[in-house]
Amino acid sequence: MTHATTRRKARAAIVGPGNIGTDLLYKLLRSAYIEPRWMIGVDPDSEGLKRAAGLGLEVSHEGIDPLLAGPELPDLVFEATSAAVHRANAPRYAELGIQSVDLTPAKLGPAVVPAVNLDDGLEAPDVNLVTCGGQATIPMVHAVSRVVPVEYAEIVASVASPSAGPGTRANIDEFTRTTAWGIERIGGARRGKAIIILNPAEPPMLMRDTVFCAVPDDVDEAAVTASVRRMASAVAEYVPGYRLRGDPQFDPATDTSPARVAIFLEVAGAGDFLPEYAGNLDIMTAAATRVGEGIAARRTAADGPSPSSAPTSPASSTARA
Amino acid sequence: MTAVLPPGTDIRVTDSSLRDGSHAKQHRFTAEHVRSIVAALDDAGVPVIEVTHGDGLGGSSFNYGFSHTPEQELIATAVKTARRARIAFLMLPGLGVKDDIRAAADNGAAVCRIATHCTEADIADQHFGLAREIGLETVGFLMMAHSRPPEELARQARRMADAGCECVYVVDSAGALMLEEVSDRIAAIRDAVGGDGVQVGFHGHENLGLGVANSVLAVRAGALQIDGSTRRFGAGAGNTPVEAFAAVAERLGIRTGIDVLKIVDAAEDVVLPVMDEECRLGRLELMMGYAGVYSSFLKHADRQARRYGVSGAEILLRAGERELVGGQEDQLIDIAMELAAEGS
Repeated sequence: MTHATTRRKARAAIVGPGNIGTDLLYKLLRSAYIEPRWMIGVDPDSEGLKRAAGLGLEVSHEGIDPLLAGPELPDLVFEATSAAVHRANAPRYAELGIQSVDLTPAKLGPAVVPAVNLDDGLEAPDVNLVTCGGQATIPMVHAVSRVVPVEYAEIVASVASPSAGPGTRANIDEFTRTTAWGIERIGGARRGKAIIILNPAEPPMLMRDTVFCAVPDDVDEAAVTASVRRMASAVAEYVPGYRLRGDPQFDPATDTSPARVAIFLEVAGAGDFLPEYAGNLDIMTAAATRVGEGIAARRTAADGPSPSSAPTSPASSTARA
Repeated sequence: MTAVLPPGTDIRVTDSSLRDGSHAKQHRFTAEHVRSIVAALDDAGVPVIEVTHGDGLGGSSFNYGFSHTPEQELIATAVKTARRARIAFLMLPGLGVKDDIRAAADNGAAVCRIATHCTEADIADQHFGLAREIGLETVGFLMMAHSRPPEELARQARRMADAGCECVYVVDSAGALMLEEVSDRIAAIRDAVGGDGVQVGFHGHENLGLGVANSVLAVRAGALQIDGSTRRFGAGAGNTPVEAFAAVAERLGIRTGIDVLKIVDAAEDVVLPVMDEECRLGRLELMMGYAGVYSSFLKHADRQARRYGVSGAEILLRAGERELVGGQEDQLIDIAMELAAEGS
């Protein structure tokens, strides 16, 4: 991606100007690969739309119709609305060759955790981001399972109450099921389990995640530890507040439990728009940015290097989806 | 649908020794334990008996401890054993899922008890909805109820009632509530939801030695359901002893329907032999009530204290400072690591 400065940036629309969409906007404004051009909402009084307009974006409160009928189409859309809205919108993006990065729980396209399987999403019309707990913990399950077989992995995500929105609260089973699925399919554990705890402490706690993996009795502890540290650095490249709270802890098997490694994590948000404690939301917007940049690099590379001052036509930039 | 009190009683007692006691037993109940305890409690007239992993459906895990025998098997065994008692189970949204509730109902359980931290009732809407839909009686637990004032608990109780909860419990998970603090909370919830026929309950722990006294005050403030565990078999210093509460209630003219002589025998002859050790009000247990710490952290703090060579009391105090809530057992390891690093 070293030639980015010689290419045009991919044009992106953010659909959903709420807290998540706004935080994402700040991240995209710093991107070398993506130009956030549009912010789309449905409420003319939306604070998020006003803020985006102030930052120079084209904004609309009439949903995606004007965007998709416009003279210039986005290369990619970041959807920060709801699962139901995204299910309705996704086919329309795909039809026009616009790739979408989905921050809702709609789960239409391949699930991607950037530090583990970024490539799986780069050519897909739609990418889903599992869950916040999945983004934080699946890399660690993978870090262990790439060294030793993991029969079972279990994660505990503790998040500050004010960072859990009404959607999460109304459908908390969705979080545990989807995260467990990601632990297996992306993390590489044979069986996965996820637990989420909401903590109302004031001031709000930073997101904490604990990853337990069952490991063989003769596990090479040094190799697992090295793999875990490497992975923590890889995630921290795009989530600066992601850190290990000490070394992985190994415990031998007992009569009721297999041998295990326990990994303790803390995720502080970058504080772009969301508060620092909301690491669970920050890791989603950071992962979305990372996936979007991967897509952007691929798309603009496909257009061939071109100076950023000479925009390619929408047709050529959306032709190959 | 609201639980009808058994004929000739003033309140209904639920025994939680086969659920809260799971913490003390480190989740190693067998079908034989369940058979013997359910038979004895049922014979003594205990109307509801709760059977589940200590942390509710799906609790079997690294974080809370793996079950010796799958909890659904234990529930099915309890249902087959009981002649009169209804079998209840506990579930915590975020840990268990709706399919676990369906499985427990299929195994014959009749009472679904759904627990959230006392500020987070809105994560349980879908679970109350399902439980009612499939014909289960519903109970809602507002855990760590000492940590919030009565009016806030009343708001959370309202949320549970609106979601389909038929009895909201003030759950003193830390055993930290004292006397009028119980009455005030019960009264506030009763005022908020009683008009809709929703009952109020109290679940006590013995960490400050007040289980029976708090339960009596709860009844006087309008609670119609009271939890206890025979022989105190529960987390921390254990729960309100059912045999002592039944005796006190009888002397005070509160009818529980429990035969005092039979429940005293059950405590001594049936429950005690299943326990690894008596639930004591020792140093760590008292610290939990004193610092307001979730009772089931006890065994975990004790284990991590030994693993890392640090003080169990320090772990619990720091858990209190961090305002950990039920379910954050993993953070006790984090605290133990932190204490060990500070000490070295």
